[in-house]
Amino acid sequence: MRSPPTPEMATQEVPLNETLAHLKTESETLKSKLEEERAKLHDVELHQVAEKVEGLGQFVMKTRRTLKGHGNKVLCMDWCKDKRRIVSSSQDGKVIVWDAFTTNKEHAVTMPCTWVMACAYAPSGCAVACGGLDNKCSVYPLSLDKNENLAAKKKSVAMHTNYLSACSFTNSDMQILTSSGDGTCALWDVESGQLLQSFHGHAADVLCLDLAPSETGNTFVSGGCDKKANVWDMRSGQCIQSFETHESDINSVRYYPSGDAFASGSDDATCRLYDLRADREVAIYSKDSIIFGVSSVDFSLSGRLLFGGYNDYTINVWDVLKGTRVSILFGHENRVSTLRVSPDGTAFCTGSWDHTLRIWA
Amino acid sequence: MARDMSDKEILKMELDQLKKEVSTPRTPVNANCTDTIAFVEGLAPNDPLIKGVPDDKNPYKGDKGGCIIT
Repeated sequence: MRSPPTPEMATQEVPLNETLAHLKTESETLKSKLEEERAKLHDVELHQVAEKVEGLGQFVMKTRRTLKGHGNKVLCMDWCKDKRRIVSSSQDGKVIVWDAFTTNKEHAVTMPCTWVMACAYAPSGCAVACGGLDNKCSVYPLSLDKNENLAAKKKSVAMHTNYLSACSFTNSDMQILTSSGDGTCALWDVESGQLLQSFHGHAADVLCLDLAPSETGNTFVSGGCDKKANVWDMRSGQCIQSFETHESDINSVRYYPSGDAFASGSDDATCRLYDLRADREVAIYSKDSIIFGVSSVDFSLSGRLLFGGYNDYTINVWDVLKGTRVSILFGHENRVSTLRVSPDGTAFCTGSWDHTLRIWA
Repeated sequence: MARDMSDKEILKMELDQLKKEVSTPRTPVNANCTDTIAFVEGLAPNDPLIKGVPDDKNPYKGDKGGCIIT
């Protein structure tokens, strides 16, 4: 015989659903209020303010170096502060340090995992950090002795519960910031491996992060599969600003050289510029003819140009102020997966699924 | 971690965040964009990728040095 549901059971069901729906409506209301507040200050668009700015001339940027040596897709790269060395990581588990001027390989490490999605050069130039499907971020000190086995000196620093998507040293070799498929970002002490601060707020995988230029203080921005770009205070772990205008995963975020804005690149085929003081998106870089996702973005030294690496194998160069595309660069034979401008702004490097890296100038 | 949170917990997290954000101080776009433009114009003349670098100073242009076979 089936017993009728007891009154307690019935009342237990309703509050749960009510709270969920209640939360949803409150969330929607707040989101509209936020939009209203932001719209009040939206008196003009960036490209309108920039109408009187002189247009840019013709650009001749070509591949000046091709770095060959990876056996599979190049997933990430970073420049050394000395402006000539580069570290790159690949799907085949290899991490290689190159001299970009001569194209020589200076160091090579084989990671115990495949899909090394993140790599970074230490500010001192004496170490590199990398990680991926192993859910960790490991630091390898670079030895001057070419015969020394780098893997022996490896130090495991970060531990996430899902893949490592990005990593970056802070201003010193002593701290590393990581982002992961587990939806969090974290700050670690390299020496002890201790977790110093964790950042919760994304509702899905975090795919990228970028630290604010040192003059502007202790913040960083992260982008994720929840289409959100969040700006965090490194000391308190709080999310101070959040932007949700992209229509798909945000693959790359990069701070503007002034630190007052940042750009993002997404699977929705657009790059966008967000001004932190106005707390809103101020520019969108897109064309009807561009339908493939952006994997990585970076600014030129002055912030006038925005370079975007796309999944249709090309690099689009945008005039940040006017919102127009100034150039399209061809060369890679597969997706461009990573793009960084060199520290002195004289060149930029791209890594691709075609196994190579290219230096453009 | 986000993956292990229930929908309700994620919504609560979002809600708390939104409450904080509604009261963030903001300045008009006009002023900020003018600042940004001034910033760029100040630095643009020294931007190597915009103004170019003379070939003899650019480490990437010209011969990367190979070996000369005699």
